[in-house]
Amino acid sequence: MLEIKNATKVFNPGTVNEKIAINDVSLTLNNGDFVTVIGSNGAGKSTLLNAVAGVFRLDGGSILIDGNDITGIPEYKRAKFIGRVFQDPMTGTAADMQIEENLALAARRGKKRTLRWAITKKERERYKEALASLGLGLEDRLTAKVGLLSGGQRQSVALLMATINSPQLLLLDEHTAALDPKTAAKVLEITEKIVTEERLTTLMVTHNMRDAIAHGNRLIMMNAGKIIFEVSGDEKKKLTVEALLAKFAEASGSVFSNDRALLG
Amino acid sequence: MGLLNSMPGAVAQGLIWGIMAIGVYITYKILDIPDLTVDGSMVTGACVGAVLVSLGVNIWIAMLAAFFAGVLAGLLTGVFHTFLGIPAILSGILTQLILWSVNLKTLGQANMSVSARVYNVALSQLNKGDAILKLAIICAVLIGVLYMFFGTEFGAAMRATGNNPKMSRAQGINTDFMKVVGLMLSNGIVAFSGALLMQYQGAADINMGRGAIVVGLAAVIIGEVLFGKISVNFAVRLGGVVAGGIIYYIVYQTVIFLGIDTDLLKMLSAIVVAIFLAVPYWKKRFTRPKIKQGESGVSGDA
Repeated sequence: MLEIKNATKVFNPGTVNEKIAINDVSLTLNNGDFVTVIGSNGAGKSTLLNAVAGVFRLDGGSILIDGNDITGIPEYKRAKFIGRVFQDPMTGTAADMQIEENLALAARRGKKRTLRWAITKKERERYKEALASLGLGLEDRLTAKVGLLSGGQRQSVALLMATINSPQLLLLDEHTAALDPKTAAKVLEITEKIVTEERLTTLMVTHNMRDAIAHGNRLIMMNAGKIIFEVSGDEKKKLTVEALLAKFAEASGSVFSNDRALLG
Repeated sequence: MGLLNSMPGAVAQGLIWGIMAIGVYITYKILDIPDLTVDGSMVTGACVGAVLVSLGVNIWIAMLAAFFAGVLAGLLTGVFHTFLGIPAILSGILTQLILWSVNLKTLGQANMSVSARVYNVALSQLNKGDAILKLAIICAVLIGVLYMFFGTEFGAAMRATGNNPKMSRAQGINTDFMKVVGLMLSNGIVAFSGALLMQYQGAADINMGRGAIVVGLAAVIIGEVLFGKISVNFAVRLGGVVAGGIIYYIVYQTVIFLGIDTDLLKMLSAIVVAIFLAVPYWKKRFTRPKIKQGESGVSGDA
């Protein structure tokens, strides 16, 4: 489904701040894979996701979706295949626009935007149902500005937007990191529900080791721009945080350090 | 001339500048781009309109041509900004300078009289009542068309671009394209208002657009302050912008009536706009942020 081949990205090349963010990374996702990504600070997790989303051009390697090379395609065109939720709740939604307007914008992802009305009566019903499924009471606030919502509510709406048209690939970039633990758990629960129901191929970066183990069918660990450890299936289910930390020390030769990491 | 006698003129000029300010609103408020092209494109509209009318072209066709001349000016600024990567403010200044030459060449001289006594124009200060009526109708139609436009899929994508470009790209919106189209639309409207002002004054002048952006911003801000609280409806907001233009000119005429040195008027306008632009910033600096309870709580009804 998604093939990342020998992807390399160097930030600030030729300066003292030069940083090889991802270094010759290859990764293949099969249809329906739910892959969690963990790693210490600056390991290249977000860079990998942004490379797939097309935020910048790769310095080497290629990216394919369903066999089509999308390496040179700009970000806004890739959106046709890809749904994304960001870490910052402010980033994923248009704060000054209504909830239904945000959803309608997302529903037209990858389609031509014409001079027809931005939102129809029929889709309004559909949004109402989708919002009701979140269980946050947002179904009665279709015309409320998204900026009035709490962080968790905004992330839930962003999640709905990202998945509204069943994208071929869902990219979640630490989308619960900015939320308090209780809210994060709720958003993650919604994530799990949508991903399972729609059988979405998903790449989820997380700072929470326990979440990384509990969700998805595959787990990859990154360090210094490389994938250093991968586990899937039954082996992943049996994984513990302690075992994961040991693996990290073994594979990287250093101690896992992430100022946001939740180990327990 | 009494103050009261100058009011119809103030209303008519205010309506024209209100139309201009609607153009400013599209870039400044909707796209979040401070566009200085308008100082030039307003004059471009006046020059194109004046030349065509003097050649005997129908005034409405001349106004349409003025609109499209502005559209081209906006296209140039848009290309500077998006394709060439030049900061928005500088892009506008560059186009403004280019337009100075273009306007001089178009007009062939620094100013040109287009008297309503000689040419067939749509409105003139010689008949203020008629001018106000026609301008009010033009405003209403323009607001109606824009209200519908920004309610379409395309218009919503443009609003999203100004509100959150990163999110817009993630939702498949070509934000650069949206910015260019927005700049074109905005400058088209501004140039159209220039053609109206040319008719009203009975002349096109190479200097008539100097400081136009400040007047436009003043109208937008006045409209926001006075009408922002009434309704969030887009049409009401645009109506507020036009009202802002009218209020600006009523104050302007009053200040002149009170006997202030007219040489100082532009400075005073700029200072007033600077103060209003500073208010939100200082408010934020000196008021404690209110911490809402359950800020990040999912269940919280924030």
